[in-house]
Amino acid sequence: MKGYIGIDLGSTTTKAVVMDETGSVLGRGITNSRSNYDTASQVAKQEAVVDARLALVRRELMDIASLSEDDVVDLVKGLESGFRLEQFIEQLGDLESTCKGNVDATRHKGHEEGLRDALTTLFGRLREDVVGLFAPGAKRKSDFFRDLAGTRYMHFGEEVASETGESFDTLINLYDKSIIEVENRPPAGDMSNKFNRALNRVLEQGNIKADSSQIATAVKAALEVPIDETYVVGTGYGRVRLPFPKEHIRSEILCHGLGAHLMFPKTRTVLDIGGQDTKGIQIDDKGIVVNFQMNDRCAAGTGRYLGYVADEMNMGLHELGPLAMKATKSVRINSTCTVFAGAELRDRLALGEKREDILAGLHRAIILRAMSIISRAGGITDEFTFTGGVAKNEAAVKELEQLVEENYGKVTINIDPDSIYTGALGAAEFARRAVEE
Amino acid sequence: MSDKAKSEVIKEPSMLKQKEMIASNYERLTSGKEKTVSTFVPGNLNELIMCFDMVNNLPEINAIQNGMRKQSGGMIMDAEKSGHSEDVCTYVKADIGMMGRGNIAPNGKPIPPPDLLLLSYTGCFTFMKWFELLRHEYKCPTVMLHVPYEGDGVITDNMRDYVVKQLKTEVIPAFEKISGVKFDIDRLREYLARSAKAEDDLVWCLEAGKNKPSPIDAYFGGVYYIGPVFSAFRGTQQAVDYYTMLRGEVEQRIKEKRGPITPDGDMNEQKYRLIVEGPPNWTHFREFWKLFYDEGAVVVASTYTKVGGSYDLGFRHDPDRPLESMAEYCLTCYTNRNLPARVDTLVDYVGEYEADGLLINSIKSCNSFSAGQLMMMREVERRTGKPAAFIETDLVDPRYFSHANVKNRLESYFQMIDQKRRSSSAAA
Repeated sequence: MKGYIGIDLGSTTTKAVVMDETGSVLGRGITNSRSNYDTASQVAKQEAVVDARLALVRRELMDIASLSEDDVVDLVKGLESGFRLEQFIEQLGDLESTCKGNVDATRHKGHEEGLRDALTTLFGRLREDVVGLFAPGAKRKSDFFRDLAGTRYMHFGEEVASETGESFDTLINLYDKSIIEVENRPPAGDMSNKFNRALNRVLEQGNIKADSSQIATAVKAALEVPIDETYVVGTGYGRVRLPFPKEHIRSEILCHGLGAHLMFPKTRTVLDIGGQDTKGIQIDDKGIVVNFQMNDRCAAGTGRYLGYVADEMNMGLHELGPLAMKATKSVRINSTCTVFAGAELRDRLALGEKREDILAGLHRAIILRAMSIISRAGGITDEFTFTGGVAKNEAAVKELEQLVEENYGKVTINIDPDSIYTGALGAAEFARRAVEE
Repeated sequence: MSDKAKSEVIKEPSMLKQKEMIASNYERLTSGKEKTVSTFVPGNLNELIMCFDMVNNLPEINAIQNGMRKQSGGMIMDAEKSGHSEDVCTYVKADIGMMGRGNIAPNGKPIPPPDLLLLSYTGCFTFMKWFELLRHEYKCPTVMLHVPYEGDGVITDNMRDYVVKQLKTEVIPAFEKISGVKFDIDRLREYLARSAKAEDDLVWCLEAGKNKPSPIDAYFGGVYYIGPVFSAFRGTQQAVDYYTMLRGEVEQRIKEKRGPITPDGDMNEQKYRLIVEGPPNWTHFREFWKLFYDEGAVVVASTYTKVGGSYDLGFRHDPDRPLESMAEYCLTCYTNRNLPARVDTLVDYVGEYEADGLLINSIKSCNSFSAGQLMMMREVERRTGKPAAFIETDLVDPRYFSHANVKNRLESYFQMIDQKRRSSSAAA
């Protein structure tokens, strides 16, 4: 089948969407942009294709009469986490051999043997622990290998260091050195094999009502459908890195406009708060951009601002929103300057203000800045769509809703759960139109 | 082709001539043999200055030269060290910084302190503070020509008479006193006749942007075209000759259906015809231009080429009405015009030059140019139905030029034009 692929190489994450010729989304993939856009785009694309495969598997399974819809959902979920597990194990293997390879490069001559033994123990524990990480219902703070492996490595590294007497710092140093290498290699290996191993895991659990050979046949059929890379369009700051001719590159402003239009056809105003910039976009009834404005010379009020605040507070980026939601009042933070934010934060803490109240104020500051950019682009027209990573942050959304109503009255505000893929979706649609229309 | 040859900037004969002219003025300025007057580009009184055998020094042009030669960044930092704030007009700071480094002209020789500061302020109130700073430094006489702002969009007889009166009672007597030369109105008439001739040819060249393909770039190329007439050459035979030459080049390109010459050679593919509002960025001038011609965008008309006089609206210096026409010249400069008049100009340009849209380059440190630009943009969009876009850079502060940011916006804008074209052709 024809596959139209959109890749959005953002400053922090790289997203990909695979679409079929009718315009329906087959799959979505995301990865961190890291230092290497080439790998990031390959990984995101691969992830989107995996997701597309799962969609095809779902379609095939639906045809099996003895399976209920819930069964299919469970099966696909099981297959997915099984696949992720296989992928994780594979990358863990890569990380282990890379770490061991880097042992010689450490400054601890004479410790090589001991370090390698320690690593064997450490990775052994990581592997044992891994199944739980992908078990049904398991909560993960991140889906990126770097984050998942990193946290566990630190945990077991401490244990192993104290047991073996090797230096914990050296172990961490080995990880830091190796993770970049591993990340910058796209996961190797055959996709079908991983799916098959994942299927075996699911089937081994044995709580499937239907005939397992029937399921295996359905999965096999779905895996065999060729998904062609008919046309790829790239967008985002990394777009120039893509090995595409110029016609395959679209600015993210147009992609976000079109993507938002596909998600919510009645949208006329789009706000995208990304990692590096904030954009206010006006589109017409066909999703064509009629005007846009973006932040000028600094990252004030962008996702990076929140990242900075999180670092200042020694918290994870995803913890900010939930904590801010606990606020009983909003501390006024006047500056949207990323650097001033740190100063204001320290000052307010020193004055005895509560963290959650300060955070609420910081979220408000970001949205105020966004409101100014939107008004420069011509204000908000019904319907209004909020996209980009910050759209996931409930505290930001809350402030936005409030300020939109204060300034523009009742306006429908759309936020798609897949809003992070808006740019990639628009890009995929551009790819589809280039061939189909 | 060797790397050296590749990196060589391609220039037309007229550009080389223009460069020579500017260099010759710096030679005169730095020779120390003639009396000098510092003044500003918009509404400058070059013909009058020449009547007193004085040489014209333009601090904005010095700042531009230093910007293009990558010198302004350091000068601005120097000025900041001496207490000038980050957000102040960067022309001012580049000038103050240049002064601190001995006022070295591009020819490597120092420009001596001026004998007179002639403050003609048309539309830019910072000029007043700028010369206040220079006066403090040079302790030389300052004469002010107050040009009323064209706030209602029209020039009244009163306004003109007011300027003429100042010329008669303040400016000319001050010049006579400092130069020791008696004012001769016939000499002025002679210069003004030459100005008008050069102005005719300049307007002809700028209006050549109406051709398809456009033989000129009316923003980046336009900067070179306006050099002589907006600076120390208006009224000279050199300027007349320059514009004859330029006109010949443009005529030739129209005949051959060729586009303008860019630093990388002929621009043949013209995918987008733009109107541009606002001054260019000087510190990254070449790479800024490249962002346009690499995408096939040619500027067919710009307002920046009118900052030293809106000749295309019909104004010419007139030897029969010497002082009156000089007064009118000062009054019609683009920066002296009100926002509705600026919008009208832009709307007319979009129509007359059959442009795809309007692009505004908003200058961070120039409030008099930038205030109201978003409002102007929306109004032009509304009245023409053509897409507009907004980019932000600075005059001569290299810290405020973000290549990635400008590129992102420009590419989005060009693709926006494409998309709009496709959708309107689909609708048809």
